[in-house]
Amino acid sequence: MSKEKSRAHEAPARKKHDSGTRFWNDPGKRALVFQTLLIGILGFLIYTVVDNTLHNLETRGITTGFDFLHEEAGFGIPLSLIDYTEADSYGRTFIVGLLNTVLVSVLGIIAATVLGFMLGVARLSDNWLVAKLSTLYIEIFRNIPLLLQIFFWYFAVLRALPSPRQSIELFGGFLNIRGFSVPKPVPEDGFGLVVAAFVIAIVASVILVRWNHKRQDATGQIFPAGWVSAGLIVGLPLLTFLVSGMPLSLDRPELRGFNFTGGMTLLPELVALWLALTIYTAAFIAETVRGGILAVPKGQLEASSALGLPKRRTLRLIVIPQAMRVIIPPLTSQYLNLTKNSSLATAIGYPDLVSVFAGTTLNQTGQAIEVISMTMAVYLTLSLLTSLFMNWYNKRMALVER
Amino acid sequence: MMKKTLAAAILATTALSGAAMAEGTLEAVKGRDLLQCGVTNGVPGFSVPDEQGNWQGLDVDVCKAVAAAVLGDAGKVKYIPLTAKERFTALQSGEIDVLSRVTTWTQTRDTQLGLNFTGVTYYDGQGFLVKKDLGLQSVKELDGATVCVQSGTTTELNLADYFRANGLNFTPVVFDTNEQAASSFDSGRCDAFTTDLSQAYGLRTRMSDPDAVVALPEVISKEPLGPVVRQGDDQWFNIVKWSLFAMLNAEELGVTSANVDEMKSSENPNIKRLLGIDGPKGKGLDIADDWAYQIVKQVGNYGEAFERNVGMGSALKIDRGINALWNQGGFQYAPPMR
Repeated sequence: MSKEKSRAHEAPARKKHDSGTRFWNDPGKRALVFQTLLIGILGFLIYTVVDNTLHNLETRGITTGFDFLHEEAGFGIPLSLIDYTEADSYGRTFIVGLLNTVLVSVLGIIAATVLGFMLGVARLSDNWLVAKLSTLYIEIFRNIPLLLQIFFWYFAVLRALPSPRQSIELFGGFLNIRGFSVPKPVPEDGFGLVVAAFVIAIVASVILVRWNHKRQDATGQIFPAGWVSAGLIVGLPLLTFLVSGMPLSLDRPELRGFNFTGGMTLLPELVALWLALTIYTAAFIAETVRGGILAVPKGQLEASSALGLPKRRTLRLIVIPQAMRVIIPPLTSQYLNLTKNSSLATAIGYPDLVSVFAGTTLNQTGQAIEVISMTMAVYLTLSLLTSLFMNWYNKRMALVER
Repeated sequence: MMKKTLAAAILATTALSGAAMAEGTLEAVKGRDLLQCGVTNGVPGFSVPDEQGNWQGLDVDVCKAVAAAVLGDAGKVKYIPLTAKERFTALQSGEIDVLSRVTTWTQTRDTQLGLNFTGVTYYDGQGFLVKKDLGLQSVKELDGATVCVQSGTTTELNLADYFRANGLNFTPVVFDTNEQAASSFDSGRCDAFTTDLSQAYGLRTRMSDPDAVVALPEVISKEPLGPVVRQGDDQWFNIVKWSLFAMLNAEELGVTSANVDEMKSSENPNIKRLLGIDGPKGKGLDIADDWAYQIVKQVGNYGEAFERNVGMGSALKIDRGINALWNQGGFQYAPPMR
């Protein structure tokens, strides 16, 4: 495409010499004709497929269209980030499933990134034991199929937990085979102040860091902005919280009837999926990180130590910024993989999009084409959004050449 | 993964093969000399492979009957195990010729999916299994309980309906297959397990301590289970429908796989018509005249199939109950063959 364009730009220059160029001999115009033709054929092909599908569905008496999204769903979902009852519509089950997919993906991405970076650095450690343990971890977990790992955590590990009546008490919560029930914080009047304090602290920190950069550029003096910001972000809301009389109560889980009621319950399905996704993806991220660090030329480190920079600052100012450039593109792929792998949830009954929408809803309505198209569109959109964000971040991190 | 393949298959077939499907299921089955029958992943009594890997069960016998009628050999069946979620797509896309998989006949499924139910092989109802030590007497005591259930079934909807109608709270835990749901209940993930009663009894036999599990007395729904075919192929619809009717009529007339050869010389006009010596034979169905004889000879009548697979002759020991013939106090009634 770009080649054709550049040729098209050259065309007028040549025209001066032989103004009698035939239409077919002008590469720019010729390309335009072929491209129009290609788009036309493609459009016709798509139209034929869609039209034929609709026609065949109709002759076979299969209902089509998206009206089903407004019909009452009539089935229960154990985990929902928004209000959901059986009386809600199929459209709402789509949102519930989507949010559950996003929930486990985001949790997985955060945990896998932290664990992956630690393992990647550990594998390069000078400490023989740490390096070998990290290698062992990576080789084990990236070579076992993810589905088996999910089954392992769900059917082997979490199934061994006791029944609700024999729950294990842990950090004020109750751990049993039905999940981990913990007290739920309930904000009371005045909690808005704490939130406001938190926001103010963040804004102040950003300003502080910027001011510090400017001052350092101008005078060379360093102000410990990192520590002060951290103190601000933790301290200010905490102080407000104490001063305003602790406007927060706890809704403690209680064993009533069959299960714990009240509080929050972390479903074992979510935990198993989260653990498996994290542990599996972290192994890949660790290798990406290791590759990134090794890609920083040795001369950079030598130059850094020649300048007398301490080891920690070398890592922070020399190694990480350069390594990140190599790490980010493959890291994006890992994030995308994790999001898509979360669809394995359906194997253990975690109510993600594939299980709820492309599973139950599809089967109750029978509208496979619509439901699967919507589901595919969601994964495509989520992946594109992740890519977009990571590309933006990559650009920020890229080498600024002067 | 399977689902996506199926979706791709349905898209491909519906989009591109306008002509291939018009051929008709009967010609397709005859052409490949094999019936493709959708069954469960393993529900004792209905469709489950035995120790030798041969599929057995009431639903399997329906497949065999159709194969015997169309191809003259009950063995010419390829069984395709499907989860509840996959079954309709597999049928719509032409991957199977008939679906015989403990499938409940409902209005939506019959009218909106491009499918037709051909009859009822088993009148079922939904029930609940709980652990005996909870000391429960009724489903109404299950307020706040966690319930294991298979996804994409009428069971899942009935469960929500029943609890909502009675003002009870519950947490569903939804699994792809009934075995997973049952084993999760067994391990204590749920307080109760709900499914069609016939399957519940079958799955109970596989639990770690079957005697510690009891069924609650309530039956909360009607579950007429039957074979399903694609809509728009009336000839094939008739064949599957009458294969089951032939089994029912054979039982009513006392014709069994053991005495069918003697019965050939019977003077009873009904039996003569059943066995294709007289009457409509295979004409309108476009299959061999002795089609019903082959069914009874190779598969047996409905009563034989019932006793062998789910009745007293099986591990499930389910009473005939409402599945007895109409003249013996049940619902099973087939139109006359004449």
